[in-house]
Amino acid sequence: MAVILELAVQGAQMFSVLLLAPLLIGFVRKVKARLVRRQGPSVIQPYRDLVRLMRKEVVLADNASWLFRVTPYLIFAATWVAAALVPTFATGLEFSWAADLIVIVALLGSARFFQALAGMDVGTSFGGIGASREVMIASLAEPAMLLIVFSLALVAGATQLSTVAAFMGSPEVGLRVSLGMSLIALVMVAIAENARIPVDNPATHLELTMVHEAMILEYSGRHLAMIELASFLKLLLYMSLISCVFLPWGLGSAGTGAKSLAIGAAAYLGKLAVLAILLAVFETAVAKMRVFRVPDFLGAALMLALLGTLLLFVSRSL
Amino acid sequence: MPALADLIEADRQVEHHAPWPRAVVAPKLWNLAVEQLANGRWNLLGLWGEPDKVHMALLDEALDIGVISLDCRGGRYPSVGQHHPPALRLERAAADLFGLAPQGLPDTRRWLDHGQWDVSHPLAARPGGPPAAASYRFLVAEGESLHQIAVGPVHAGIIEPGHFRFTAGGETVVRLEERLGYVHKGIEGLMAGAAIDRAAKLAGRTSGDSTVAYSLAFARAVEAALGVTPPPRATWLRALMAELERLANHLGDIGAICNDAAFAIMHAHCGVLRERALRAADAAFGHRLMRDRILPGGTASDLNEAGADAIRSLVAEIRRRFPHLVELYDNTASLQDRTVATGRLKVELARQYAAGGYVGRASGRDFDARRTPGYAPYDQLTFDVPVLQEGDVNARVWIRVREVEQSLSLVEQILGRLPAGPIHIDLAVAGSAAPREGMALVEGFRGDILAWLRIGEDGTIERCHLRDPSWFQWPLLEAAIEGNIVADFPLCNKSFNCSYSGHDL
Repeated sequence: MAVILELAVQGAQMFSVLLLAPLLIGFVRKVKARLVRRQGPSVIQPYRDLVRLMRKEVVLADNASWLFRVTPYLIFAATWVAAALVPTFATGLEFSWAADLIVIVALLGSARFFQALAGMDVGTSFGGIGASREVMIASLAEPAMLLIVFSLALVAGATQLSTVAAFMGSPEVGLRVSLGMSLIALVMVAIAENARIPVDNPATHLELTMVHEAMILEYSGRHLAMIELASFLKLLLYMSLISCVFLPWGLGSAGTGAKSLAIGAAAYLGKLAVLAILLAVFETAVAKMRVFRVPDFLGAALMLALLGTLLLFVSRSL
Repeated sequence: MPALADLIEADRQVEHHAPWPRAVVAPKLWNLAVEQLANGRWNLLGLWGEPDKVHMALLDEALDIGVISLDCRGGRYPSVGQHHPPALRLERAAADLFGLAPQGLPDTRRWLDHGQWDVSHPLAARPGGPPAAASYRFLVAEGESLHQIAVGPVHAGIIEPGHFRFTAGGETVVRLEERLGYVHKGIEGLMAGAAIDRAAKLAGRTSGDSTVAYSLAFARAVEAALGVTPPPRATWLRALMAELERLANHLGDIGAICNDAAFAIMHAHCGVLRERALRAADAAFGHRLMRDRILPGGTASDLNEAGADAIRSLVAEIRRRFPHLVELYDNTASLQDRTVATGRLKVELARQYAAGGYVGRASGRDFDARRTPGYAPYDQLTFDVPVLQEGDVNARVWIRVREVEQSLSLVEQILGRLPAGPIHIDLAVAGSAAPREGMALVEGFRGDILAWLRIGEDGTIERCHLRDPSWFQWPLLEAAIEGNIVADFPLCNKSFNCSYSGHDL
């Protein structure tokens, strides 16, 4: 019976991230629209877009290979699994043994690998431009991400997210400079990974400036719906990750009863809303940077993460 | 070193051509003029064809304007473009429409004619059959690991159609080639034989965002040909409309340039101000873009007190809110990082191409048709023409900012001194012994628009040519983007904001 209950909680987490992700994007878009005094579409517009895309027929290029058709499902599956593993409202769920930071990085990395391949598959110039820019960004963002993982692992003594979250929620964390650096680095990586301003502009119509959008220009119908949903999930994933590691307050844990889970869920929604508003405000206040400034931006993230790790070693040896 | 006036006087001067002279010249003098263009002493204002003639409007060092024409025996004439590149596309367009063959033209590919018309050379004395379909050969750029990017004519955003062919080495643009002509509407063909009022409507539809400037250019050319002067109140109202149009377009552009750097808040605020300008125009003149409000002989609508109040409150609002936006633009480092030093246009190129408007003025070309040659009522108004030397996207934004300020001051001056009286006089068009020709140079928001026309004995338009400022700005965009990165093209393109429709005719 307990196993079934635990599986149910884990299942609830898996489906809640899937259901929440479009709402989060809708909310970010709404806040951005309000900030520039526009009415903006309703917060549930992303759901409508997904339904619309699912109903539309798929237009495929004549020379599209099997890879092009399979990739959207691969990306979606990998991202969904990654997003479902990150603790949202509770830690210590049934599958939490798999919720390892390195697993998550690897899942997202594989998704990106296939996306870049598919972008080049049909041989359009935009797919190639998008793929090359995406890989350039990824080649800098992934090392930074791994260094952040190292810092966290050194502090918490594990790469498993439930353990990390539990440690971060405990009083023994104290105030650590390297954690602050990791937080900043993680936010920068999250911005780059999710193709947000100033690295990429998710709302642009200018095909020459696109990164993520250029790669998926050739996709349509349900394929596009899968990719879009995966990108919604990815934003949710990073926000969950930031809130679970750096804002672990209110997190419930498995087996502590419905009340603590409900508190965890409410706290999670609150954290998401705050992060979404911060993202919208930040995106409104800055312009997009030149493509070749992105390495500087991510280089800063990499250096911060590295400094954080080094500081840990230095402070340990003292 | 000859002056343009001497050159024109030396040959067969045409009688009814106003306000500047026109002469039919011998090939020798034609070549002499081309030489002056090629060595940069004179500026080319326009080049257009007729079935058996080719005309060239020139601006000399003393800022005198004149037109020289050459009879094309057998449809041939010595090419201007081979010595003076700004004429290239104009000659290619004239070749497509009239079948005139410029001798020595280095680029003989078709320009406006994409092989989709039922005829070839539709405006020639004897149009030919449909042209054989030929593929368009883009210029090549050779080198290791260069790749081509084809963009358009249909774009991801809702903008006008045009094709851009980039050759890039990685992200760096090695060559950009434009292909235009997708919105060819046959304005010149429709103009031929049209009554004046219909032709005025056509002129106002050449480029929608410059409808006031085009109507004004056309009306002034007709009035020059007929030798009439519109009533003073009409002249002042026209200037008021022209400045409102400039305000609305510049505000829209400033926001749109920032939006291309993903700085949406500027776009939103400028969009609000632009909308206010359009609504004030609607309240004052009965049409948001003031289309068909300017007619040959005067204006179509008068300004009442309520309309003047609407414009006054518009000016007050822009004066209150615009400085904050300028400050926001200037203080946002991430935005400055995108616009400063991006898409630099060299001063020499702007001079060679006689680039008008903000494109020329941001690259040191101090020219404004409102001042030179000047027209009423601007001779009685005080305004500055801002000029910068940098030639980058940032400079083109700043020229627009300064021009918005100047336009606000002009609107205030006009409202304060608007003379009373009638707004329209009837034109006695019909019944003349000889064809009469007129031309006008008017400053639209993009730059100087040239209108040239000939009114026949029966009072209809025989031939009318409207030259958009974009003819001399599009080629410069190709030069400005060189060495920049592909992702900066939209920003450069928006800072030029050339007209597709006005160029494609």
